[in-house]
Amino acid sequence: MAYKWEDTAFKGSLSRARGLGSARSGVEHWMHQKMTALANIPLVLWAVCSVAQLARADGGHQVVTSFFAQPFNAVMMTLFLISTLYHAVLGIQVVVEDYIHTESTKTVLLMLVKLLAFALGVAGIFSVLKMAL
Amino acid sequence: MSSKPAARPLSPHLQIWKWTLTMALSILHRASGVALVAGLLMVVWMLFAAASGPEAYDCFKGFATSILGQIMLLGWTGALFFHLFAGIRHLLMDMGYLLTIPQAEFAGKLIFLGAALMTALVWLV
Repeated sequence: MAYKWEDTAFKGSLSRARGLGSARSGVEHWMHQKMTALANIPLVLWAVCSVAQLARADGGHQVVTSFFAQPFNAVMMTLFLISTLYHAVLGIQVVVEDYIHTESTKTVLLMLVKLLAFALGVAGIFSVLKMAL
Repeated sequence: MSSKPAARPLSPHLQIWKWTLTMALSILHRASGVALVAGLLMVVWMLFAAASGPEAYDCFKGFATSILGQIMLLGWTGALFFHLFAGIRHLLMDMGYLLTIPQAEFAGKLIFLGAALMTALVWLV
């Protein structure tokens, strides 16, 4: 059963056809992609400057900790993480749907990407808050 | 019908179509996007390491300053600026600009130039 419509012979025709066709959430996906793209422009520029600044600074983790103790930096990094991770998930979703046609592999990969991104977001935001508060 | 089948391509593909600038832009936009995910992982690792304490952060810093880490970061910066500029071109196209071929070619050259310049700027300044 590589493709979804090649399901077992035990299914009736309606049952086999259910779930196929348009996902109906395409425009929403597209709009969210464009909105996060727009938000990413200033956030990414800020992030690149910050990472470059942190990389140049000599010193251990106190440099990073004191950087994110400032509320502006903490808020910007949180926004950056949320926006870029969501943008990445939307993009990777399209890539997976384009290239992988085996239904089981595609499903597992899509779930993995979404769960991983959520976990990364929580880890990142938690780390920022820990340094900020 | 026992004649040998003629060797014809089944469908036009990479050996058939002539490469255009917009084709390269499109696939590079996708490739850079996927590559940027690795960079995101590194950013989260940096934050997590810094929040965890000196030893964890030193481990991260060790990797980030190693040759492999520096190459990855350089590649990531290049991919970032390319994806950023190509993405802005997409947003402009959504608004109806840059749709003719000369405009698209001009924008494409700007994107490559801009990405190279910004990467050099961030790394050399």
